[in-house]
Amino acid sequence: MSLLEVSDLDVRHGLLQAVRGVSFELDEGETLALVGANGAGKSTLLSAIAGAHRPNGGTIRLDGRPITNLPAHRRVGIGIALVPEGRRLFQSLTVEENLLVAGRPGYWTLERVLEAFPLLPPRRGHRAATLSGGERQATAIARALMSNPRLLLLDEVSLGLAPAAIEDVYRSLARVTDAGTTVLLVEQDLTRALGFARRVMCMLEGRIVLEGDPAALAREQITEAYFGLARTGAPSR
Amino acid sequence: MTWVNAVIEGILLGGLYALFACGLSLMFGVMRIINLAHGDLALLGTFMIMVVSQHLGLSPFAALVIVLPGAAAVGYALQMGILQRGMRGGELAPLLATFGLSVVIGNLLLEIFSADTHSLSAGALTTASWQISSQLSIPALGVLIFAVAVLVLGGLQLFLSRTSLGRAMRATADDPGTAELVGINSRRVYATASAIAIASAALAGMFFGMRSSFDPTLGPAQLIFAFEAVVIGGLGSLWGTLVGGIILGVAQTVGAQIDPAWSILSGHILFLAVLAFRSGGIFTAREVRV
Amino acid sequence: MSGGVRVVRWTRLSAAFAVGTGGLLIALAFVPYAFGPGTTEKLTELFVLIILAAMWNALAGYGGLVSVGQQAFIGIGAYAVIVLTDHGLNGYLAVALAALFAGLVSLPTSLLVFRLRGGQFAIGMWVVAEVFRLLVTNDSGLGGGTGRSLSALNVYAPADRQAYTYWVALAAMALLIIAGFVLLRSRLGASLQAIRDDERAAQSLGVPVMRAKRILFAFAAVGCGAAGAITMVNTLSVTPDSIFGVQWTAYMIFMVLLGGLGTFEGPVLGALVLFGIQQEFSDSASWYLVGLGAVAIAVTLVLPRGLWGALVDRFGIRLVPVGYTLRGLLAHTAGQPEPERPVPHMTTT
Repeated sequence: MSLLEVSDLDVRHGLLQAVRGVSFELDEGETLALVGANGAGKSTLLSAIAGAHRPNGGTIRLDGRPITNLPAHRRVGIGIALVPEGRRLFQSLTVEENLLVAGRPGYWTLERVLEAFPLLPPRRGHRAATLSGGERQATAIARALMSNPRLLLLDEVSLGLAPAAIEDVYRSLARVTDAGTTVLLVEQDLTRALGFARRVMCMLEGRIVLEGDPAALAREQITEAYFGLARTGAPSR
Repeated sequence: MTWVNAVIEGILLGGLYALFACGLSLMFGVMRIINLAHGDLALLGTFMIMVVSQHLGLSPFAALVIVLPGAAAVGYALQMGILQRGMRGGELAPLLATFGLSVVIGNLLLEIFSADTHSLSAGALTTASWQISSQLSIPALGVLIFAVAVLVLGGLQLFLSRTSLGRAMRATADDPGTAELVGINSRRVYATASAIAIASAALAGMFFGMRSSFDPTLGPAQLIFAFEAVVIGGLGSLWGTLVGGIILGVAQTVGAQIDPAWSILSGHILFLAVLAFRSGGIFTAREVRV
Repeated sequence: MSGGVRVVRWTRLSAAFAVGTGGLLIALAFVPYAFGPGTTEKLTELFVLIILAAMWNALAGYGGLVSVGQQAFIGIGAYAVIVLTDHGLNGYLAVALAALFAGLVSLPTSLLVFRLRGGQFAIGMWVVAEVFRLLVTNDSGLGGGTGRSLSALNVYAPADRQAYTYWVALAAMALLIIAGFVLLRSRLGASLQAIRDDERAAQSLGVPVMRAKRILFAFAAVGCGAAGAITMVNTLSVTPDSIFGVQWTAYMIFMVLLGGLGTFEGPVLGALVLFGIQQEFSDSASWYLVGLGAVAIAVTLVLPRGLWGALVDRFGIRLVPVGYTLRGLLAHTAGQPEPERPVPHMTTT
C-alpha cells in the first residue's frame, strides 16, 4: 500500500479552480518533484495535502486512511509536515523556539536537526526576523523535520535563495531522504528538481500533464508539458 | 493626605490597574482582539465572589478559589463560542460582539443586583496599614494587590517565554495558519489565552471589590483604565503595562489631591497627552510580544 | 466579450425609490397639521435615531472606523445648544450651529484618536466621550451632574414649539442623509472603499487617507451633534450622564448591525426596528438593553450583513445607488471582491 494516495482531487482557491481531478500515489521513501508554471496549482495541491486548504472533491489517504477533511494540526500528528512557500517562520520566536514549537518525539531531536543544518547552530538564539534567506529556509525545513514526519512537503525550495544557499539546502535534504523520509517538493528550478527526485510530475492549469522518471523522460517532453505546447489549438479558458 | 501619600497610593493603585490590564493585553497580544467586555467580566467576577462568599460563609479569598476556575471556564467558552466565530468575520466583528457582551453583562448585573453599592470584606486587611510617619501611611491591601500584580505579570512572562504552551501561544499570535501546520491547535491555544485573561480579570475584580465599593455600572470604567494603562505603558509589553498602570494611578491620585472631582479626568488627560506626544507609549513592543 | 456593456449608477428601481422617498418626505412635512404634539415628538425621536444610525454606518460601514464614543458629539451638540441660547441665540438656529460646532471639535479630536487603530480607536473615542462628560459634570455653569434644561424655546407656544422642532428634525435628517449619499458616491466614497480594503495600498496610490478619514469623521460628528442638539430641543432637559452615556453607542450599533452594516438602506431599517422596540418596552430599561446586546452579538455572528444585507445578497436589490451596475452582461452588481487569502492560511471554501 502506498503511503500517500490522492484521488481525483478538486481544490478551489477563491473562485478559481486551482486543482482539477488530480490523482497520484506516493510510496514510502520516494522523492517526488512537482514542477509547473506559476499558477499551475502546485502550492494549492500541497496545501490540501497538508490540511491548510479544504478540497471541494476527491480524497486524500495516508496509509490507506482517508484524511481529506482532517484539520491541519492533526495531520502533523500522523506524520505530514509542510514547509510552506515563503517559509513563514514565527518572527518573534528565536530559531531554537521555532524548532521546539514543532517538536514531536522521534529520530529528529533538536540536536540532530541542528547538526543536519550547519547554518543554524550559530544562530539558534537569534530571532527569526533577523535571519538571511538561506538561514530562513534552513530553519523552515528544520522546523518541519522536528515533527518527525513520514511525509515531508516542501513548497518552492529554492525560490529567492542565492545559489550557495540552495546548495546547502539540497545537501541537507539529501540527509533527510537518506534517513528514509518521503519527500514531495515543488521546485521552480527544473534542473535541480530533475537532479534530486526519482520521480517528476508536471502540472498545468490544475492538472497533471506528465509523470515519470526524470532519467527516462526527454527534456523536450518536460518542457512541452510545462508550457502546454503539446496540445493542439488554444488552451481552454 | 499629603502629596507623598498620594503618590504612594497612586503607585499601589497602579498595581490594580496592571492586574486589570494584563488580561486585556494578553487577549490583544495573542488574538488581536480588544475585549470590550473585559471590565464587565471582571465585575461579574466581583459579584460572583460576593455571592459565593455570602452563601457559603467564606472570605472573598476562599471564594476566589471557587470562582477563579469558573472564570477560566467562562473565558474558554467565550473564545470557543463567540470570539472564534467573530474572528472569521474580520476585525470589526469581535469588537462589536464584545461590545454587545459588555452591554448584556452590565445590564444583567443591574437587573439582578440593582444599582446598590456593595463591597467585599477583606477582613483586617481592609484598614491595616504601616504608619511610617504621622503623615505617611502605606495601606496593606494596596501592597498586597501590587505584589500580586507583580507576581501575575512575572508569572505570565515566564509562562510565555519558558513553557511549551507559552511558546505555542506566541507562535499562534505570530501566524495562526502556520501554527496549525506545525501541529498547534490554534483554537485551543486561543481559548486557553482567553481563559487566562478572564481568570486574571476575576482576580482583579476581587481586589477591586475589596478596595472600594462597587455597583454593576462600573465595568466600562475599569475597561477604560485598563486600556489606558496598556497604551501609556506601550502596547505589547507586559512590564510596560505595570509602568503604565503606575503612571495612570499616580496621575489619578495626584489629580485628586488638587481637586477630588479631577481625579479620573487627570488620568484621561494624561492618556490623551501620551497619545499626542508618544503614540508608541513608554515602552514599544520589541521582544516578548505580549 | 462583446461591446454594449454599460456602467450605470441609477437603476429603474433606485430611481423609483428616490422619487418615492421624496414624496414621503413631503408628506411627512404635513404631519404636524394632521397629528398632535405627542406624535410629532415621537417621530422626532425616530428621526434622531435614523440620523444616528446613518452616521455610525457611514463611519464603520464605509470608513471602517468603529467608534464606541460617538456620544461625545451627541453631548456636545446638546450642550452647545444650551451655551448658545444662554447667549441669546434663537433655539433652532442654535441647533444648526451646535451641529457645526461638533464637527469643529472633531478636527482636533481626530488628530489624537487617529493615532489609534481598530479596537484601540474604538476605546479611544470612548475615553474622549468620558472626558467631555467629566468636563461638563465638573462645570457648574453647565449645570454640573444634574444637568440643565432649555428655557429659550419658551418663547413659542408648546404646540408650535413641537411642530418647529419636528420640522427641524425632518430637515436635518433629510439634509444629512442626502449629504451622506452625495459624499459616499463621490470620490471620497471611492477613497474610503479603497482605504477600507487595503490602507497601505491606497496610500501608495495617492489616496489622501488621513484627509478622507477626517472628512468622514467630521461629517459623522456634525450628524451626531445635530442629533444631540435636536434631542435637547425635543426633551428640553439633559444630564451629562444621559447625553454622554455609552447607551447611545449601544443603540447605534444595534440599529446598524441589525439593519445592515455598509448598506445605505440598512440603518434606516434598523432605526425603525429599534424605534418600534423602544415604544413597546420603554419601561424595563435594563432588560431591553440586555436584549439589544444579545441581538447585536447574534447578528454579528450569524447575520453579519444584517437584515438588509441579507436581502441584497439574496435578491440583489439596491434601492440607493451608491455603487455601480453593469448593464449588458449578466445583471451583476459590482463590488464584493473575494477576499484574498495567502496560502497556507486556513480556508474553508
